[in-house]
Amino acid sequence: MPLSELEPIIEVIDLTTHYGSRKILNGISLTVHKGEVMVIMGGSGSGKSTLLRHLIGLEHPSSGNIKLLGQDIRNMTEHDMTQLYRKVGVAFQSGALFSSMTVGENIMLPLREHTKLDQKTMEIMARLKLEVVNLAGFEDLMPSELSGGMLKRAAFARAVIMDPVLLFCDEPSAGLDPVVSSSLDELILRLKDALDMTIVVVTHELESAFRIADRITVLDKGDILTIGTVDDVRASDNRRIQDLLNRHFEEEILDPDAYLARLTGESEALFSQV
Amino acid sequence: MLSPDRPFPLFLQKIESLGRISTKWVNSLGFGTSLLYQSVFWICWGSRRKQQVRLEAIVSQMMEVGILALPIVSLVSITIGLMLAIQGIDALKDFGAEHQVTYGVALSVVREFAPLITGILIAGRSGSAFAARLSTMMINNEIDALRVMGINPVRFLVVPSLVAMMIMVPLLTLWADIVALLGAGLYITTALGISMGTYIGQTIAYLGTADALHGLGKSFVFGILITLVGVINGSSVTGGAEGVGHVTTRAVVHSILALILADLLIVFLLTR
Repeated sequence: MPLSELEPIIEVIDLTTHYGSRKILNGISLTVHKGEVMVIMGGSGSGKSTLLRHLIGLEHPSSGNIKLLGQDIRNMTEHDMTQLYRKVGVAFQSGALFSSMTVGENIMLPLREHTKLDQKTMEIMARLKLEVVNLAGFEDLMPSELSGGMLKRAAFARAVIMDPVLLFCDEPSAGLDPVVSSSLDELILRLKDALDMTIVVVTHELESAFRIADRITVLDKGDILTIGTVDDVRASDNRRIQDLLNRHFEEEILDPDAYLARLTGESEALFSQV
Repeated sequence: MLSPDRPFPLFLQKIESLGRISTKWVNSLGFGTSLLYQSVFWICWGSRRKQQVRLEAIVSQMMEVGILALPIVSLVSITIGLMLAIQGIDALKDFGAEHQVTYGVALSVVREFAPLITGILIAGRSGSAFAARLSTMMINNEIDALRVMGINPVRFLVVPSLVAMMIMVPLLTLWADIVALLGAGLYITTALGISMGTYIGQTIAYLGTADALHGLGKSFVFGILITLVGVINGSSVTGGAEGVGHVTTRAVVHSILALILADLLIVFLLTR
């Protein structure tokens, strides 16, 4: 089905924002359609995290409009935002689990606050979501007892506990090893298929972006360089995009054996001087 | 002539610095007032918005603020009571009025020492813990997480602590009154050779309801101030662990300062 026929879930129109006199986002416009995985990609300081904070209503733009699920969030009351947030899930980069609660209590929190379900039902729902993220049996642990990857999985479980229509993920692969990072990508794809979600992922990891994206928005210094499919981005002749892609590939061709040999050689040389 | 290349004269820099500090204090005052208003709103109308304040969160905070503070409040109160009795008898002996010590100790404990010392202890114990907790949550995006879950952070975090403080600080003050007066009684009965029953009878006779209400009313205000100062400092955190340490220390200093100034104001308005 052509994109234009799909229901728009997020509409950003001419979004501009400043921190003091510094312009962070410069007239951003984009649309995310129902059921797609949109990756917002860019280097450090490109404005991707700021854009995400605006999309989830944590910051207000200097000008422009943001529509989530058809509602203009700039003109919404706190009460209306609360209603809207029940249909939206956010998995933060750090996990943002509450350290004073167990993993299970963290995941049940939205249910406890927004529904009148009894404890048993909430526990069953939390366990089901933990199974989806491969963390079944971890509900009684404290967040401090989980590894970085597990924290992010638990954050995903909490983000989807209310079966949201729209899921935002902030740097899901950041700081994780490639295996864990890859498993989180698979989790995002599984959530999209199993729960029929629209997912917006902010990342600077190219591998991850190419693996999960239906479309990619490339940001640079507060401007959108391109919005397109993975093939569109790869084929782009925009110099800034090519710079972004090539930087990554240069890192990829690093030979681990040569690196190890160099390290060993350097340490041997160091010891021979002693 | 001022230009970007030339620094401001020293006196202008001082004025600018004073202006910045004043703006910061006015901002904090406004934030505190807004927090208090929001807290009252959620207490009164939370259930109508289907976001009621959780009773278990209040009970948990009451446990933390009140019950767990009982040992330290008791220890400090009994020590204060003993010291007041010793000092009082020694001072009044010169005038041959040592039998009046009960009156002096009773009034000073109930109207001044118990509320102020309890307030300072709770500011150091719970106010600092609250500021540290809040600032850590800010740094870890936990406050943002609450917002995007549709959970108002003031209702979820501030109101339970505020209600717990408003209930437990006066109750702890009442406990401190009793313990300090009994501590003073231990020395006075021995030093003046009167029975504990006589001492308690004298104390009750000297103290009026107004005295008790004066102390308890102040401690109620102190409870509010400790919470608000903790929130204002905790939410202003910048940086990482160092920032948490900084705001925690600042919360204690500001709380104690706020308590002493509020105490002075209340005494000035109600006692003269």
